[in-house]
Order: sequence, then structure tokens, then C-alpha cells
Amino acid sequence: MITKLKYAIAAGTFAIAAALAPQGAEADNMTIVSWGGAYSKSQLRAYHEPYMKKNPGVKIINDESSAEAVAKLRAMAEAKNTTWDVVDVVAADAIRLCDEGLAMTINPDKHLAKAPDGTPASKDFGDLLVSECFIPQIVYSTTFGYRTNVKEWGSKEPKDVCAVFDTKNFPGKRSLEKRPVNNLEWALLCDGVAPNKVYNVLGTPAGIDQALKKLATIKDHIIWWSAGAETPQRLADGQIVMGSTYNGRLFSVIEEQKQPVKMLWDWQVFDLDGWIIPAGLSDARKKRALDYVKFATDTQRLADQAKYISYGPARKSSAPLVGKHADLGIDMAPHMPTDPKNAKTTLLYNYEFWADNRDDIDAKFQAWLTK
Amino acid sequence: MSDLQTADGPLLAADGTSLKASISRALRRQKIRALLLVAPLFLFICITFLAPIADMLFRSVENNIVPETLPQTTQAIQAWDPKSGEAPGEAVYAALYADLKVAVKARNHTKVASRLNYETPGIASLFRKSGRRIKKMKDGNYKEQFLKMDKNWGKLFVWETIHRFSGPYTSGYFLSSVDAEKTSEGVSLKPEDERLYLYLLWRTMLLSVVITITCVLLGYPIAYILADLPLRTSNLLMILVLLPFWTSLLVRTSSWIVLLQEQGVINDFLVMLGIIDDQSRLALMYNETGTVIAMTHILLPFMILPLFSVMKTVSPSYMRAAKSLGASDWTAFWRVYFPNTIPGIGAGGVLVFILAIGYYITPELVGGTSGIFISNRIAYHISSSLNWGLGAALGVMLLGVVLVMYFIYDKIVGIDNVKLG
Repeated sequence: MITKLKYAIAAGTFAIAAALAPQGAEADNMTIVSWGGAYSKSQLRAYHEPYMKKNPGVKIINDESSAEAVAKLRAMAEAKNTTWDVVDVVAADAIRLCDEGLAMTINPDKHLAKAPDGTPASKDFGDLLVSECFIPQIVYSTTFGYRTNVKEWGSKEPKDVCAVFDTKNFPGKRSLEKRPVNNLEWALLCDGVAPNKVYNVLGTPAGIDQALKKLATIKDHIIWWSAGAETPQRLADGQIVMGSTYNGRLFSVIEEQKQPVKMLWDWQVFDLDGWIIPAGLSDARKKRALDYVKFATDTQRLADQAKYISYGPARKSSAPLVGKHADLGIDMAPHMPTDPKNAKTTLLYNYEFWADNRDDIDAKFQAWLTK
Repeated sequence: MSDLQTADGPLLAADGTSLKASISRALRRQKIRALLLVAPLFLFICITFLAPIADMLFRSVENNIVPETLPQTTQAIQAWDPKSGEAPGEAVYAALYADLKVAVKARNHTKVASRLNYETPGIASLFRKSGRRIKKMKDGNYKEQFLKMDKNWGKLFVWETIHRFSGPYTSGYFLSSVDAEKTSEGVSLKPEDERLYLYLLWRTMLLSVVITITCVLLGYPIAYILADLPLRTSNLLMILVLLPFWTSLLVRTSSWIVLLQEQGVINDFLVMLGIIDDQSRLALMYNETGTVIAMTHILLPFMILPLFSVMKTVSPSYMRAAKSLGASDWTAFWRVYFPNTIPGIGAGGVLVFILAIGYYITPELVGGTSGIFISNRIAYHISSSLNWGLGAALGVMLLGVVLVMYFIYDKIVGIDNVKLG
């Protein structure tokens, strides 16, 4: 009887110890949220692996939920149980999370690494620090790719973004993102609005009508996308002849999958992607998240990421360090959206304008879309 | 009852208490036992289903963020008359300064800004800008300082918005969900180019009805064959009906994309046969057609199964009897067999319709722009625009529509007339 009891106690202690042990280890698990696909892979190789090598106790868990990060962070904050440590979001979402008090404010000079020559982080990132919660990581652009073997086009090739609106010379389906951002800007540019006046015009109801009217001229030729992978897929399938998407996705269609597709850099729209740290983390988790972010956004690490994907590093000091693609061995600099040859005509995503007008214009855009 | 009663009072049980009381005591014990048995499931449903839904729906009228973040301003502004045509006086600006100072410290000013920006674009950046600069403000002359900071602080539309949404509850989300808005002249419909939700709701209902009808038309013959065949064959066929049911929804939807797209299997086949021209391929998806085809396929088992189980209960002797009395095949079917299967059509129809009206993955993937449902907008507001209030209001509206349809169905067909088997 007593031996049985002993066994039971021993088993019980063992069970408790077993239950406690992973929790002790869990303290060193860090959940990093990102976009998945080739992008997450580039982060894994450029940031996570070196960081885990440097800190053997830390285990990084990847979560691919960035697309719905804002809603999920809000839900977590309401449940008072934030399970994410570092989150990769686009700048517009970072601004929203900051507005909602869901992201922690960052002091760049205190929390982020200096450039190798001693330039403080706030100067090295410069204007790209668009929100006080946002730690920029890459500059990417939304731009067009087109197929190079369309029979109906003959020898013609799109030269500028207005080819998208020219269904006479360039017939075929095009794919555009199912949201007003970027599309309305391109529509106005091709409707004769001066580039520096685009947002003044778009700020008026008449300007929105003008842009929607221009878009309406090709409405029947548009297939709308909502995930970045759709355009490259449709281009490869021949379902569309041209379409907008993120430049890194087009790079992979052209250089990695060798599809007959070319980039149309004209009036590419620059946007930023970077890290935020959720508000309300415990001190230990906050400390570790800050440590990770400091490591992952230093000059060398940002330059390293460009070895795996064609997005430009957000630090000025990283640009000279961008080298060759790790697997393909091609020079990455000419594929960067920021390369002078590609960046002859560009727009920068207007964060303030869209933060103010997004809901309103979106309602109009959706109403136009459903009619 | 009266003849059961004795002259000196009510009937007594063996132990001397009144019979009524002792029966009800015995029944009560039974009821409590039944209740206790049901309790776990009941509590589970309350906690995990009803309470979250109620909480979410409550958000459609909740507006606490404004009076809580701007307590003094919302009080001071009550004295202001929006019809005066002038911005409010110094007292309101002083209150705003006091409120903003507290709010900026707690980082709440941007939350209230996003709330008010849903109603009036431009307020978000106004609050964000003011939050950054409030530290530099000096005491006194607040109105002048605010106007200097941003001239929008002197504009009527900003103050009208704060005035209108100063209470703890709002009808703003519900008005938005029916394409209306509150202006200084009262409630009115939004301009034509911004109306969206009523139209979407109408389309959701219309497409759901179309899907339900196609499900009946396609499901009825299949269910009939299944019910009519000998058991062994019908079981085999039943597996074919259930097989897609067990396959992931996304797989089924994606395979429809492969089939229906312009360069897809169906179009290629038709072009190969020479039925259509290569230039005029059919647009079978990214429109209503795609939604109807894919959703009919996905919801078909929900129609076939109740139909099948009802048809199984219709005795073949009814048909034989009808025919022996001289009815033609058609009359026997239409006058005898069909009326007996109506409860199955009713059950399948209600099931398919209610499932269809709330669907969003399939319309999102194959619906393009003209085949999306109102649930796609709800998903957008919950997960993307973060306007949970409007999402909740749209959800309440959808729930209301389903309840009304249910009520109408009950009045016309009768809900007792629904059978799942």
C-alpha cells in the first residue's frame, strides 16, 4: 500500500515537473509575426537564424498573421492576453496601431543601433520613421508587371503606367488591388493631373469622382486582387496581361521562375514595412523584443535581407552593403525599387492623407465597385 | 375540479399536505433534475456563444469612448448651438485643452480620433497633430492657440461632429449600415455614390434565393433517385454526395476557379469544340455567376440530405394507390408524392438559405466585385478597417433579416412543417 502511494506521489511530482518544465522554457520563446512566403524566409535567414545563434536560449516562433495583425492585436488587447512579441506590419497599419494605443512607442536613438560610422538611428532612418511606434525595415513598392509575349500587342510594349488605362493598344485583362489606395493616384496621373497635385485633387469629392471615372473606363478589363500572390500567379497563368503587385513578388516571377514578364517601374508607389512591438508586454518580454529589434534592424542585418528578396533596406547606411542574391548570384542593386534607374518617377504612399480619408474614400470606392 | 373537492377543503395526500402541493413538489424535483442535466450544455452555449454575440452586437450602439475621453468638452459643448453658425466659445476650448492633456498622457486622444474620423474624415490627423503640440501650449486664450495650431479647430464640421457624438450611445453605426447619416438637419440618405449596404443586402438575399432554388432543382432529382434505388446502390451514390462534403471548402472553391476562369478548363473545352470563339470566352467567374455556381455546389448536400430522409419515409404504396385509382404518372407524382416531400424542401431550403446568406469565403474568392455578399463587408470592417461598430451594426441587420425570413416562412409554410428526417 505504502509503495503504491509512494509511486503515486512520485508520478504526481513527475507530472507536475513535466508540466512546469516547458513553461520555464517557454519564457525564452519569442513569437514573431510576419507575412509568410519568400518574405518570411528572407527574415528567417537574415535575422532569426543569426539572432538565435547569438542567443542560444531563445527560440523564435514564426506566425504568419501580418495580414490581419491589426484586428488580432486589438482582440488580444481586449482579452488582455497579448501573445505576440514582435509584429511585422506596413507603415499604415503601424500608424493605426499607434493611434489605437496597441503598439509601444519607440525612441529610435535609445532603442535602435547606431550606423557603423556612428550616425544616430533617427538620422540613419530619416523620414522613414513615419510613426513613433514604427521601426522601418524595408522600402518596397507597388508597381506593374506585364507579359512580354502578348500576341495582340504586336511589337508594342508598355512604356508608362498609363498603358494600364490604354485598352486599345494593350488589350487584355489587368489586375489591380481591390482598394482605392494607389489605383486612384494612378488614375488621376493618367487623367492629366500634375504629380504634385494628386493628393490636393483626391482630397475633394470632385477629384474622387474624376479618378473613379477614369478607372471606370477599364472596369470591365480589371480582375481585382486582395493577396499579393494573385497577380504573379495570374501573370504566369496568362490570365492577365498586366497587373500591379509588390515588386519583390514580380522579381521572383521574373528571376526565379523565369516567366516571360517584365517590370514597369513607372510611377511605382513606395511604401514601408517594419516592426512594431505590441503595447502591454511584461518587462522581460519587452526587453527581449527590444533586444531582437535592435539586432534585426542594424545596418548589416538590413543589408543582409536584400540578399534574399528585392526590397530596399530602410537605413541609408545599408544601401552600399547590398550585394548579390544568395542563391541566384545576380546583382541585387538593379532590382531594388530605390535604384535610380527604376525610381525615375515615383510616388510615396501618403500616410496622413490615407489615415484621414481611408474610410470615407473606401466607402465610395466600394459603392463604385459593386455597381 | 369542484366535484373532486370535499366539503371541508382541497384533496389531501397521504401525509396530510395538500395534494396539489405535493404533486408540484414531486414535479419540481423532476424539473430540477432535468434542468441540471441540461445545465452544462446550456451554460456552455451561454458563455461561448450567446454572451460573445451579445457583446459584439452591443458595440453597434456603444459610443463610450467619446464622453470618457473628452468628459469636460462633451459637457461644455451642450451649451453650444450648432445652428449658430459660429465655432463655440472659449469655455469649450478650455475644456478641450484640459481633456486633451489627460488623454495625450494616457494615449487615448488618437482612439477618440479614429472613432470620430469614421463620421467625419480629417479629424484623425487633427487630433494627432494637436496631441503632439499640446505640450507647448500656454495657459489662457485657448481658442486662439487652438486655431493657430490648426484652422480646422475653428471649423463648424469638427464641432458638429463632437456635439453629435457626445453621448454614450450612438445611432451612427446603424444609420451607416442603412446608407443614412445624421446631419445638422436630421437623418437623411447618403449621396447616391456612397450608398452601398442596402444594395449589398438586397443582392445577398437575391443571390441566396437563386442559390436555394438551384439547390432544390438540382437536389430533388438526386434525392429522389437515392430514395428510390435499392439500398446497396443508394449507399454508394450517397458516398458520392457526401464526398465533396468531407473535402475542404477551400479546395472545392479553388477547383471551381480552375474550371471556371477565362483560361480555364470549361472555356478551353468550349473553344476546342468550336462552340465559342477564342476572343469571346465566357466570364464564368469573378461575377455573380461564379458565386452562384460555386455556392450551389458547396451547399447542395445540405439540400439533398433532408430531402432524402423525408423521401425515404414516403411509402411507395401511396403512389401505387394513386395510380390504381387512375392517376397518370405526373398526377400521381404532383398530387401525391410531391406534397409529401414539402417538409424536406422546407428544411433544406431554410438550411441552404441561412447558410448562404452568411457565407463569405466563396464569394470573396470567386465573386469578383458583382458577386460579393454583405458578409464580405462585415469581414472587412472587423478585420481590416477596424470599424467594429459598423461591422456589428451590419451583423445585427443580417441577423434581423434572417429572423424576419424565418417568421415569414413560419407564417406561409409553418415551421412545424420542416423535417430533417
